[in-house]
Parts: sequence; C-alpha cells; structure tokens
Amino acid sequence: MSTATDRRAPDDQVVPGETFTPPGGRSGRDALSEMSNPHRARAVKDVVARVVMWAAFALAMVPLVWILGTVVAKGFHMLTTATWWTGNQRNINSDDFGGGARHAIEGTLQMVGFTALIAVPIGILTAVYLVEYGRGRLAKAISFTVDILSGVPSIVAALFIYAVWVTAFGFSRSGFAAALALVLLMIPVIVRSTEEMLKLVPNELREAAYALGVPKWATVVKIVLRTAFSGIVTGVLLGIARVMGETAPLLILAPYTKNFQRDLFNGNFPTLPMMINQDRGDFALATAAERMWGAALTLILLVLLLNVIGRVIAHFGAVKK
Amino acid sequence: MAKRIDVTDLNVYYGSFKAVEGVSMTVEPRSVTAFIGPSGCGKSTFLRTLNRMHEVIPGGRVEGKVMLDDQDLYASSMDPVTVRRTVGMVFQRPNPFPTMSIYDNVAAGLRLNGVKNKKTLDGIVEQSLKGANLWTEVKDRLSKPGAGLSGGQQQRLCIARAIAVQPQVLLMDEPCSALDPISTLAIEDLVNELKNDFTIVIVTHNMQQAARVSDRTAFFNLKATGEPGRLVEIDDTTRIFNNPTEQATEDYISGRFG
Repeated sequence: MSTATDRRAPDDQVVPGETFTPPGGRSGRDALSEMSNPHRARAVKDVVARVVMWAAFALAMVPLVWILGTVVAKGFHMLTTATWWTGNQRNINSDDFGGGARHAIEGTLQMVGFTALIAVPIGILTAVYLVEYGRGRLAKAISFTVDILSGVPSIVAALFIYAVWVTAFGFSRSGFAAALALVLLMIPVIVRSTEEMLKLVPNELREAAYALGVPKWATVVKIVLRTAFSGIVTGVLLGIARVMGETAPLLILAPYTKNFQRDLFNGNFPTLPMMINQDRGDFALATAAERMWGAALTLILLVLLLNVIGRVIAHFGAVKK
Repeated sequence: MAKRIDVTDLNVYYGSFKAVEGVSMTVEPRSVTAFIGPSGCGKSTFLRTLNRMHEVIPGGRVEGKVMLDDQDLYASSMDPVTVRRTVGMVFQRPNPFPTMSIYDNVAAGLRLNGVKNKKTLDGIVEQSLKGANLWTEVKDRLSKPGAGLSGGQQQRLCIARAIAVQPQVLLMDEPCSALDPISTLAIEDLVNELKNDFTIVIVTHNMQQAARVSDRTAFFNLKATGEPGRLVEIDDTTRIFNNPTEQATEDYISGRFG
C-alpha cells in the first residue's frame, strides 16, 4: 500500500488515514499478490470446514448404520417365520424356537395410539394457546412448565403415575397406567414442535384473515393450523416415535404378558419393548436371543412405517406452490 | 355501497408510546384519498385505526372518534370483527392464503364467515375477480394455488378477496410497493374503477402515484423521531401538489426532505 502512495503525483493530496488508492496507482501484479493471500487462506478454511463437517456426519452415521446392520442381520430371520406376524408367545418357553409377536405389536400400537389420542389434542391446544393467545404471566408459566416436563426422565414420569394412579387412587397396574406416563412424555414434544410450526406461519396471513372480518378462532383453525398442518403432523410423529420405544414406564406400570390382551385397563399388557426385555433375560439361549432381535427389528419397522404414513399425510396436506 | 369516514381528534398509542396525535379529517365516499408523508410519520398506523387493525398489535389503542356515516367504530357495542367486514384492507406485500386455490382465496372471507351456498360463492368469486381485473387471466385455473400467480396478480387476487366480502370502504397500505411498474399501473387503473363503488384510502410513498390516483391527499409528518406523527394538511390533490397551504407540505412535495 505504501508503494502505491509513493507513486502518486506530488500535488496529489494525501488525506492522513485514508487508504483510497486511485485507479492505476499500482500495478496489477501488486494487487494480485496482495489479493491471493487472503484468498488462499479462505480456500484453506473452506476445505478444513468441509472436511470437519463430513467427518462429523460420517461419525454420526457410524452408530446408526451399526445398530441397523446388527438388528437386521440378527433379527430378520424371525420376521420371515410363519407365526411371527400372527401368533403370540403363549406356551413358548425360552428354549423353544419361534412363536409370534402379534400380541406385542398390537399392544404397542394400541397403547401408543391411546397415548396419542390424549396427548396430541392437549399438546396442540397448548401450543395454540402459547403462540396465538398467551400473553404475560400465565403463558410464561405454562411455557416454563413444558420446558421442565420435556426434561423429566421417563422413569420419573412412570413413578409419578405409579404414585398417583396406583398408590393414591388404588388402581392396579395396567396398559392404561403406562399410557398415562407416556402422555406426560409426549405432550412436551408435541407442544414444542407445534409451537415452532405455528411461529413459522407469517403474521401477514393472520392479518389478511382479520381484515376480511374473520373472527380470531376461525383464523386460528382455518388459516393458521391449516397452513402449519404438515409441520404439525411431523411433530406428532416425532412424539409418537419418542414414546413407542419407551421402556421404563412399561417396566413399572405395565407388566408383560405372553398372551393376546386387548384390555388396556385390566391386567398385564404385551408390548414390544417388554417383549425385548423378556427375551433379553434368557439371552444366552439362541432361541430367546433371536426373538429379542426380531422384536427389536419389528419395533424399528413400526416407527419407520409410522414415519412413512406421516410423510404421506404431510405431503398431501402441504402448502402447494 | 360507500360510506363517509369522519375522524375527530384521534390519538393512537402503542403501549405508552403515542404514535399519532390529534388527527381530524373527513374521507369522502366514492373517492380516493391518498396518505403521503415520510417513513414513520404514522400514516399506516392511522390507516389501521380505520378498521381497528391496530388492535391486533399488543398494546395498540386509540383516543378520539371515528364515525362511519352514523356508526361509531369505537363504540363499546361495536365488534371489531364487524368493523373489519365493513372496512376491508389490502396490504403492502401480497398475502394470498398459501394453502388455498385462487377460488378459495377469493371465497375465504365468505366461507370463513359461514357462507356455504356454492352458487352464491361462484357468483361472488367471478364478480370479485372481474372487479379486480383478474378474471380473464385466471378463469381457466381457478383451482390452482393462489401463491402460484405473479406478484401483481397476487395483489389483485388480494383485492378481489377484500372486495368479495362487500365492504363499504377499502384501505390500501402501500399496495404497489412490492410490485413492478406494469403491475403498479394495473393496480392504479383498478383503483380508479373501484372508486365508483367504494370509499378508498391509499397509503403511498410514491407521490406521483398519489397525484395520479387520488382525489384528495393528506400529508402526514412528524417533528422529530420519537415524536408522534401529525396530519399536516388534507386538501384536493391538485391543490396539495400545486399550491399547498403549509410550508412543510411544499417542502416535502418538492423533494426538499423526506
């Protein structure tokens, strides 16, 4: 820069502190060599950042691929046996081969469906309140409570339901009691994801509706929720996936049964996580281990299936361009 | 179908901040009144008080009186939802409902207020789209998403949506500021036709636009940032642009500030 200044004509007024260089004040080569350095540094940074990013991605993929690979390799065989999708585990001992998982599949779907039935409306309505109506203290308190709830470990939620439902009210343990604990775990997931989706709906759409003389409730139902629909569905699925594999509440509140059991309110209740847990106890036996992997793969497939269904629903409800 | 607006000593507040002070004016029916003035002078804020849209923003409130013919817009018995059905609004950025088709967008105001009859809706949709000079462009693709139209078409769709609920007054908050000159011309032509049926108030930053479309022009200004905006003067547009009473108006019009 200093050479460039020296080359100026003597009558060229140089303002102190000003770095302006007139065009042609220095040769093109000077300018190039000055520019190439920062450019190279930037290129190096770019490469480093790219490598780090890909490495982090690969690292994150390792356990995922590993788990999926193991489960599929060890459990796929069970899924192809004749009775897996139709039978239950009645009269099948640990060292017997096979049996079915239908009782557990049905149980898990029934329990999670029931959980969603309670948690989804509460969660969505809470989010609607927080985003569309809530101002001031009450809204802050609710938001804070949801934060706390999302940090509650599943076993604590289970113990809470045990204390209230079983100890205080005197009901027996059941699939329903476990579903109640799952509701506690599912609500914050739904509230938070729905909240984010509602916040993404541009305020201009609300104003457009108000300006047409549409009452607020109709604006929320027909415009805001409708616009956010596909995002909300995704959030609900995340919530379902979150509780489907929860085991602690089942261990405490819903004892396993090897039989078909469709009564959510009385007696033991079969679920996939508990079936995995049951066979894990006799892991040394190849017959039990195989069932365990089979149940694990089935659980993963159920979550996957729900995700696919949700994506299809979300796709058809999405904002079209 | 058009009504006169009478504003007396209106102050607008957001929380404790006084945004607009002491506005009194009369807006004539079946005419176009333009609001001009520098940014932040409260013309959009004031416009929103004419259909109580400022109440959507937390803390927004007014003092003073707004009469729509003989109805007091701020009477305690007056429902803001009713006010907004009578006084429609078009916004700066075109904002069609993204989940809805062109047809559904225009029908939205009626449908969301419980009109279900297909024949009635068909008729009003066609009539509104014609009224917004959009019918010939979209009549073959009414079921296509409204968001798929061009910016200028979207804005005319929004105007069609606004006039579909058959308001008395149409407020337009810088309706052309996001549009290219061709689309702007289309909207201006439309404003000229709409004034046969509606009372129109339009906020614009474009003084040529005010001169082109309006019958009367109101000039808003503020003394300094942080001070409330005021109405400097309102008069026939030709007079405001050729021989304004106030020096500030003259300065603004001639480009000496703002």
